[in-house]
Amino acid sequence: MSNNVAIAGVGISKFGELWDKNLRDITLEAGMYAIFDAGVPGADIDGMVIGNMSAGRFTGQEHLGALAVDMGGLGDIPAYSVEAACASGGAAVRQAYMAIKSGEHDVMLVLGSEKMSDVNQTEAMNTISVASDWEWEGMFGATFPALYAFMARRHMMEYGTTEEQLALPTVKNHANAVHNEIAQFQRAVPIEVVMKSGLLADPLRILHSAPITDGAAGLVICRADLVKKYTDTPIYIESSEQRSDTLALHDRKSITTLDAVVSSTKAALHEAGLELKDIDVLELHDSFSIGEIIITEDVGIAKKGEGGKALEEGITEIGGKFPVNTSGGLKARGHPVGATGVAQIVELCLQLRGEADKRQVDGAEKGLAVNIGGTGATSIVHILGR
Amino acid sequence: MAEQGVAQVWRRIRAMYRIEGNMCETCNTYYFPPRPVCPTCRRKGKLELYTFKGLGKIYTFSIVRQAPEDFKRQIPYVIAQVELDEGTRLTAQIVNVDPEDVKIGMRVRACFRKIKEFGSGGIIVYGYKFEPVMKVTGHE
Amino acid sequence: MVGIVGYGVYVPRYRIKTTDIAEVWGDFSGSIGKGLGVFEKSVPGPDEDVATISVEAARNAVKRAQIDPRDIEAVYVGSESHPYAVKPTGTMVAEAIGCTHDMTCADLEFACKAGTAGIQMCMGLVKSKMIKIGLAIGSDTAQGRPGDALEYSAAAGGAAYLIGSKNPLATIEETVSFTTDTPDFWRREGEDYPSHGARFTGEPAYFRHVEAGAKSLLKKTKTTIDDYDYFVFHSPNGKFPVAMGAQLGVPKEKLEDSLVVRQIGNTYSGSAMMALARVLDLAKPGSKIFVVAYGSGAGSDAFSITVEDAIEDRRGEVPTVDDYVERKTYVDYATYAKFRRKIKALG
Repeated sequence: MSNNVAIAGVGISKFGELWDKNLRDITLEAGMYAIFDAGVPGADIDGMVIGNMSAGRFTGQEHLGALAVDMGGLGDIPAYSVEAACASGGAAVRQAYMAIKSGEHDVMLVLGSEKMSDVNQTEAMNTISVASDWEWEGMFGATFPALYAFMARRHMMEYGTTEEQLALPTVKNHANAVHNEIAQFQRAVPIEVVMKSGLLADPLRILHSAPITDGAAGLVICRADLVKKYTDTPIYIESSEQRSDTLALHDRKSITTLDAVVSSTKAALHEAGLELKDIDVLELHDSFSIGEIIITEDVGIAKKGEGGKALEEGITEIGGKFPVNTSGGLKARGHPVGATGVAQIVELCLQLRGEADKRQVDGAEKGLAVNIGGTGATSIVHILGR
Repeated sequence: MAEQGVAQVWRRIRAMYRIEGNMCETCNTYYFPPRPVCPTCRRKGKLELYTFKGLGKIYTFSIVRQAPEDFKRQIPYVIAQVELDEGTRLTAQIVNVDPEDVKIGMRVRACFRKIKEFGSGGIIVYGYKFEPVMKVTGHE
Repeated sequence: MVGIVGYGVYVPRYRIKTTDIAEVWGDFSGSIGKGLGVFEKSVPGPDEDVATISVEAARNAVKRAQIDPRDIEAVYVGSESHPYAVKPTGTMVAEAIGCTHDMTCADLEFACKAGTAGIQMCMGLVKSKMIKIGLAIGSDTAQGRPGDALEYSAAAGGAAYLIGSKNPLATIEETVSFTTDTPDFWRREGEDYPSHGARFTGEPAYFRHVEAGAKSLLKKTKTTIDDYDYFVFHSPNGKFPVAMGAQLGVPKEKLEDSLVVRQIGNTYSGSAMMALARVLDLAKPGSKIFVVAYGSGAGSDAFSITVEDAIEDRRGEVPTVDDYVERKTYVDYATYAKFRRKIKALG
């Protein structure tokens, strides 16, 4: 159990197609909201890390660490970006966690940011695909949805998961996002509409898939013994764990289980001295609805193959035993790739602080986030507690 | 994209044209594409070149209905993970079959097809796709 | 003795009926097939081209020949629709079938007789003992100008022949050619579709050269029409080869087996070689085959071939021409136009 690292403040921009704002604007916004929320003077921040997957391809800009420090007027503090595909945000959180735990830094600003709508759809799809094995999967025509469709089809064959169950994560997440003012989509979607939406790659449909989104999120993370200087509602990072798996989906032993998620979750719970039943609220990476179903099983909420059943029984609803994606998840809140991992932490903090308004999970004390990269080659898990 | 993709494609020609990978003699595992290091044995591994027979069965598949520019003309197309007889899996399109007839477990063999072009003036990438075994593949 | 040590073909699965093409251009009489002697033609899929067709045909040839591809020391691919104007199809084929780097290679063009020109080149290299085995391929994804008469017959397919001296399946006793500068059919650099001289492509072009080549072969081999069991003439459609046969006094039955053009159309550089392959699929050892290929521009290559005993052991291993002809899926004109990139906007 680590009481060494705490979160003093959180910030998040609006998520959506933000035509009026560029990468710098949204990054700066999230950073400033986090700093104001923390009540920390800019001069106290001694380092910064930003999670981002592909600013180079989406906007032509690299070297984001320097860019963010410059935009925020944070002086000459050290800064750099980290990349782990869709887990870039979680990776940034982990970097700051390790930097503070090691004693190297005292107060850091963590950002996650992605501006995806400055390129056309084809270019955006191609860019996201490089999270998979580009040379041996993407190059041959396996789009990113097709890879998750591979998993869905096997899951349906091995465990009998149905088309109805495949639609449930979307229905739940959209219903949750109605109460999330920064979410990209804030309206409920009936199951029939999900099941009739256009096919991307059988059996996955448009409404099973997270959208293309612009957005950024930020955290002020600091030493646990300093946090009360800034806030009365500190949240502690009780563990941070990460595991890897083969890059290509075709090299995995099984494609209906994400081994990296299983092992990183086990490790995180062990490190925090907790069991799953101690967790009150979760953010699980739902780039596609089958992803949420599989990860629900892999963290232990449901037995392998019964992820769909757990959704049917309402176990992962806001009033259920293990509320998942109260924010709306990647599907409804939106998925600006590099920002997602940080946005998940922002949501958990709001929940644990009792500030989640109409989507509040009563008395939430422990939260768990799973942020994965590509088809599960990277899995980063954080457990927070108040 | 890298200079019209020329060098990147050229390095992979043997693997893409003939499904040439390698196998580790220490642990008897077959790898495609060829690996520089055997992940199981690492330093103790002894890797030798190996050309796969090109026969296998479909492990999972999907029918792609929305795709980027260079694959648009082929929509809807079938993309699959094929489990080769040697135990290794790879990702490839399935051709010479109607999408409705594709099934997990279907026996397939490798054929030589165009994978993509770098525009109308760029190089053409050729490689493997798979088709169901039938009379014209020299089976049954 | 030099001959064919292996052969293989490939025809894509798609077909379009000539009546379907005719209806798009306002002809609902249904008589176009009968008039041309072509009822349907093969269409390559969007991911197929001369390189992919050549590789499949060559792989079949290597399998039938039961040779190690590393013994192939020359690869020639003849076509009028090579994927690149500059960059030989031959090198890609050589790499795909497993040749070594110690070999010679070039692409050829002579309208529909580029493949047989390749056979002659391999014969020379083998006979002079410069190489052990050579591979000659005739393969095309011919383009027909929309609305033009040739649109009904321009098809896709390829045939590959391995030429060597050890244990041939059929020996090639003699080959002669007849070549003139005759502008019957051509395509300028940069043009999408070929142009032709309409009726000029008949008597002064096809018939003149095929007849001259045939007569020259008979003279050189000191044989007559009666000495042969099978005849193969280049088939731009189902009528020309039949008319040529009649002119030369060839009995109709001896020409029948080569007329695969009726079901798959004119595969241009693959045409005579595919027709020959069909005969080789059926012919008994000891049979003699008379082949005259024709290429616009213009010229003919004639071959006198005797089938050997060895051919019987190699039957059944590799798909036949008929196996490919029977494997078909029909497409309509819109799909055909999409596949063949006749719709400019798709690029």
